[in-house]
Amino acid sequence: MKLLTVSGSPHYHAKESVSSLMYGVIFSLIPAMLVSFYFFGLPAILITLTAVVSCMFFEFIIQKYLIKGPVTIFDGSAIITGVLLAFNVPANLPLGLMVIGSAVAIGMGKMTFGGLGKNPFNPALVGRVFLMISFPVQMTTYPKPTAFTTQLTDVVTGPTPLTALKDGVTQGVPVSEIMTQLPEYGRLLIGNMGGSAGEISAIAIILGGIYMVIKKIISWHIPVTFIGSAAIFAALFWLINPEVYPDPVFQLLTGGLMLGAIYMATDYTTSPMAPWGMIIFGVGCGLLTMIIRFFGAYPEGVAFSILIMNAFVPLINRGFKPKRFGEEVKNG
Amino acid sequence: MGGVHPPENKLAEKQTIERLDPPKSVAIPLAQHLGVPAEPVVARGDQVKTGQRIAKGEAFISAHIHSSVSGKVKKVDAVVDASGYRKKAIIIDVEGDEWEEGIELDEGLQKQCDLDAKEIMTKVQEAGIVGMGGATFPSHVKLNVPKGKKAEYLIINGVECEPCLTADHRLMMEKGEEIMVGIELQMKALGVKQAIIGIEQNKPDAIQHLTRLAADYDGISVQALEVKYPQGAEKQLIKALINREVPSGKLPIEVGCVVHNVGTAFAVYEAVQKNKPLIERVVTVSGTSVKKPSNFMARIGTPVSALIEAAGGLPEDTGKVINGGPMMGKALNDLEVPVTKGTSGILIFTENESPRPPEQNCIRCARCLTICPMGLEPYLLAQLAEKQRLEECEDERIMDCMECGSCLYICPSAKPLLDHIRVGKTRVGKMIRERSG
Ligand code: SF4
Ligand code: SF4
Repeated sequence: MKLLTVSGSPHYHAKESVSSLMYGVIFSLIPAMLVSFYFFGLPAILITLTAVVSCMFFEFIIQKYLIKGPVTIFDGSAIITGVLLAFNVPANLPLGLMVIGSAVAIGMGKMTFGGLGKNPFNPALVGRVFLMISFPVQMTTYPKPTAFTTQLTDVVTGPTPLTALKDGVTQGVPVSEIMTQLPEYGRLLIGNMGGSAGEISAIAIILGGIYMVIKKIISWHIPVTFIGSAAIFAALFWLINPEVYPDPVFQLLTGGLMLGAIYMATDYTTSPMAPWGMIIFGVGCGLLTMIIRFFGAYPEGVAFSILIMNAFVPLINRGFKPKRFGEEVKNG
Repeated sequence: MGGVHPPENKLAEKQTIERLDPPKSVAIPLAQHLGVPAEPVVARGDQVKTGQRIAKGEAFISAHIHSSVSGKVKKVDAVVDASGYRKKAIIIDVEGDEWEEGIELDEGLQKQCDLDAKEIMTKVQEAGIVGMGGATFPSHVKLNVPKGKKAEYLIINGVECEPCLTADHRLMMEKGEEIMVGIELQMKALGVKQAIIGIEQNKPDAIQHLTRLAADYDGISVQALEVKYPQGAEKQLIKALINREVPSGKLPIEVGCVVHNVGTAFAVYEAVQKNKPLIERVVTVSGTSVKKPSNFMARIGTPVSALIEAAGGLPEDTGKVINGGPMMGKALNDLEVPVTKGTSGILIFTENESPRPPEQNCIRCARCLTICPMGLEPYLLAQLAEKQRLEECEDERIMDCMECGSCLYICPSAKPLLDHIRVGKTRVGKMIRERSG
């Protein structure tokens, strides 16, 4: 008789694999991608493509020729890094810079640590921060959204709502006055504003987030606590002095807060494991974002706050364990 | 807390239990229960009858063993059992089917019982009954509530949360009355006023049937439970039914519960009311490639191959044969191993269904931790166990792991979590024993 397979239990395995989860994330990003393509046109498509292709390319090169290990560029994780990185830069960023950013995200952010699952920091954010520090001018020149252009070069660039606000407040202009020059909330919600390519449409990103939670790709803990704590913190300051601090709705709809809370902070590898750990992490991100926005040098705080919290993940994992069965005996 | 939803694949749930004739020869292992193996009381050449005691288990945790056939003892020898190891067994060549005197063979329902608690317990012990759900803990020991503890509830496990298995389901459908009487007897033995039968919602017919029957019995109720694996694990079942958590490292009696399987309740009925020892049980034989998925009433000691034959033979493309359910069962490498008191099913997987997906890096997705029914961190335990950091394993409560397999099932990276955890548990167990001298 032929040999029977003898392996330990269980003998069933769930259908989800690393790549099915990753492609689920990518699928959920489609609405946000479409919005960005709509408002920023061909350049947005180009920048996204460049980022994805370069991320996969660098991962391939490193896995094949440096590590000489298995090549896993189709597991979807490099694609996600690419899309998120593209979402985090102005749509008119020179493509060459995008390639450099991808190399840093994949090389420094991910592969030096041993690849998927081992990196402490979110690779796309590592790439973004690198670009922000190295090429501050290009990274803060945002195109104005114009439905369906093929060209952004001669389009007037405009500040992001947050930059406009920060500059205004620093010059002592009251918030209520600055606000009159900024897009109203309806436009912010759908993404009709200056900003990074994919961080602009809160609606599209929330949609993607809801899809991921329903499909159990991510849990609600981090996004809800991130957004919630940011909102509460912003509301407190707004109540104290609405002339210096804008209202919380404005804070939530701008500067990639949604993108950060739903896509960047929920990255599996760089976020905590247990539910309470996730909550602490989310709250930390939310508060830090607001603190940086209010008191920091940058108008925008999402990227830094997530990276800072990434660094605390090992500690959080140690301190916050899941609730053990039979731990506290409460009977009845 | 936790839980997973593997495909149910209960292919044999409508197949009525079919009685199999005794095979030509049986091998009856002496260790079919948790605890000390039984001591043979027959020797080579002895003539035995069906139901005759052939080995006695007199240690505190042990169980008697009876012949499941009539015939001649060929030898007492080591044979490979389902664990893959050679264990001592009594091998009997079958001649006819002559039953031991005093065993009632008519199938009429016998409700009346005048025995007291002590006598019921003795009968259960005499019949060699063990937990039929797979844990095979000697039943009379569980009926004997330790001093200082008090049983309030008898919990009857009709969950059968393992995919594919349908043995308990069929038993509930076909032997409902007998199970009720068995539960009454166990309640009497324990001195409890309430018994709750837990059944998963995927068996609406069984829920309906037993609910109707229970109306005629005092203190017995049926509760439908959410379908999730491992809903039928002892601690999870108690939690779901009466919302009490058995503390880590403790037994259900700590929270006033005694848990028995429906199969055990049926065995108790037969032992007490019919004088019949535990010599046969229902075994599901199933799999997508199996010609005739079935539920057999098979004699203990029947080789697995005979059951597969009765279900239409071993399919050409078989890649794996499992003793038990797909989540906790053991893959067999020898099909001549005997059915024992704890064999709930024999599953046949095709070559395509057999292999595990290839292992990848842990992506720290937290799925294993979210679904672990014991609230453990499987990814961490596996890491620590692999590195032999045993003290840390113990601190992270590795011994609470019930080896349900949910973590490995759900892991998208197909990390062999449970394989590492098992090794870790063995080592930590050894460390703890050495420490306590
Ligand atoms: S389920 Fe697998 S990949 Fe996810 S955290 Fe657990 S071990 Fe890692
Ligand atoms: S096998 Fe152990 S660690 Fe894994 S899910 Fe089950 S109880 Fe948790």
